[in-house]
Amino acid sequence: MSDLTRMTAVEIAALVAGGETSAVEVTRAHLDRIAAVDDRVHAFLHVDTDGALAAARAVDERRAAGEELGPLAGVPVAVKDVLATRGVPTTVGSKILEGWRPPYDATIVQRLREAGTVMLGKTNMDEFAMGSSTEYSAYGATHNPWDLSRIPGGSGGGSAAALAAYEAPLAIGSDTGGSIRQPGAVTGTVGAKPTYGGTSRYGLVAFSSSLDTPGPCARTVLDAALLHQVIGGHDPRDSTSIPQPVPDVVAAAKLGATGDLTGVRLGIVSEFVGEGAEPGVMAAFRESVDALAKLGAEIVEVSCPTFAYALPAYYLIAPSECSSNLARFDGVRFGLRVGDDGNRSLEEVMSLTREAGFGPEVKRRIMIGTYALSSGYYDAYYGQAQKVRTLITRDFTAAFERVDALISPTTPSVAFPMGARTADPYQMYLADLFTIPTNLYGGPGISVPCGLSEGLPVGLQVMAPTMADDRMYRVAAALESAVGTFTPPAL
Amino acid sequence: MAAISREEVAHLARLSRLAVTEEELDMFAGQLDVILQAVAQVGEVAAADIPPTSHSVPLTNIFREDVVTPCLTPQEALSGAPDAEDQRFRVPRILSEDVAS
Repeated sequence: MSDLTRMTAVEIAALVAGGETSAVEVTRAHLDRIAAVDDRVHAFLHVDTDGALAAARAVDERRAAGEELGPLAGVPVAVKDVLATRGVPTTVGSKILEGWRPPYDATIVQRLREAGTVMLGKTNMDEFAMGSSTEYSAYGATHNPWDLSRIPGGSGGGSAAALAAYEAPLAIGSDTGGSIRQPGAVTGTVGAKPTYGGTSRYGLVAFSSSLDTPGPCARTVLDAALLHQVIGGHDPRDSTSIPQPVPDVVAAAKLGATGDLTGVRLGIVSEFVGEGAEPGVMAAFRESVDALAKLGAEIVEVSCPTFAYALPAYYLIAPSECSSNLARFDGVRFGLRVGDDGNRSLEEVMSLTREAGFGPEVKRRIMIGTYALSSGYYDAYYGQAQKVRTLITRDFTAAFERVDALISPTTPSVAFPMGARTADPYQMYLADLFTIPTNLYGGPGISVPCGLSEGLPVGLQVMAPTMADDRMYRVAAALESAVGTFTPPAL
Repeated sequence: MAAISREEVAHLARLSRLAVTEEELDMFAGQLDVILQAVAQVGEVAAADIPPTSHSVPLTNIFREDVVTPCLTPQEALSGAPDAEDQRFRVPRILSEDVAS
């Protein structure tokens, strides 16, 4: 049999369902691959060998008993370390949660288990999902499988790198400002941010609650859609979960794969194709636009003038919510406690614990948020950012009256060298320039590989109206059918 | 002109319950100044009469039926605690001794 780790989730599930291979065999192949390459890639923070093999055996037993298996049964999945996994270490890439084994599963993890997928382990990430390179992980950076000296994107660089390194065919990420789409773009993989509220946040360690959106990562658009279908949908445990069925993203991906976009109107965001992106990225994007036009799509330019203010608005709103959310890390209920010598007060112990447990980027954001929310500055910073959020939403709404979906490059540049931006936090923030508006609006966005620049992957982003996730899958699958998928050099 | 001084950063650190070091204060003061000057661009947008958006999904209170469902045992709930005693989270002292006595 050909290499199981090179297969799509669809192919693996078919082989398992047909009895041509076993879930255990599939799982072992991926665990072997992780053992062979992850010392160089460092996509995983924890590999759950025993749990994965037990889950795989359970799938094989169910098949042997004649039970009907779901569409992803027996397919391995890597889970970003931001989601609580019962009994399996969950760190959020932070020292403050080192050694924590949650007593419960996140809803998404529970749905993955019920679907018969096999969780291989937990993937590396920027601490608390704050960053664009995984270099802010407290456990060391992940390396881009395309070029180990470059960043794999962030915060979900571990999940994206695991896919690009063939350590897993599917992965889960979370996207607050681009943490699924930007790593997808720079690793040549597919990353989808669902509509906010379309996937449950229950058991997702909170960073910015009005923006955090877990979602699927894969090597093909159809695989991502299948994973989206499994994890998505209403969850009574998340009060911001939308009580509607998931749009039929799988049917949309299959429709898109036929390569016909007749009657689909796509809008290029004018503000994102000027000087903001590097020439190689723009060249790949322009070629993809031509390809989409050849498939029958009508292409127009749409101006969204307030998108220019999305980045500053985001870096007020997200840190404000983070400064509030991360107050729960107080050294009392879980995780680290430092300096409790019997003499120090609770407040001293709390301050020492947070000082020792949080890394520099988390501290910066907590302090920015504390500043933006303080009484003298609230109106000028947080209040004004919320008004800009309204205007950005209006730009999206107006654009979607003219077009079915918006397109842009996913990122301004290809994967940058490690260390290039760590000394200048604001330069790091610019990596999310094109992905942030979608988060403020709440709609879905997907990054799909569209070409190479200097031998490194470039992603194209498709943005759709709220609860029209199916539309972006159709466009992304159509583009994929035209440009194909991209394979990194052998590790 | 700097948007934020080293003293203000020290104050923010105290409000944030972060026992930062002197070296960190030097580093953060410069970095937060760059970030705050950049995000202050939101002030350029004319938005006086624009309502704020706190959330993309229109929210109302969500209620559920008042039924008993399974939940964590005390043991499970305390399983990640740095310190526990008598089925409770044990915390460092909150009051100073002369107040407590």
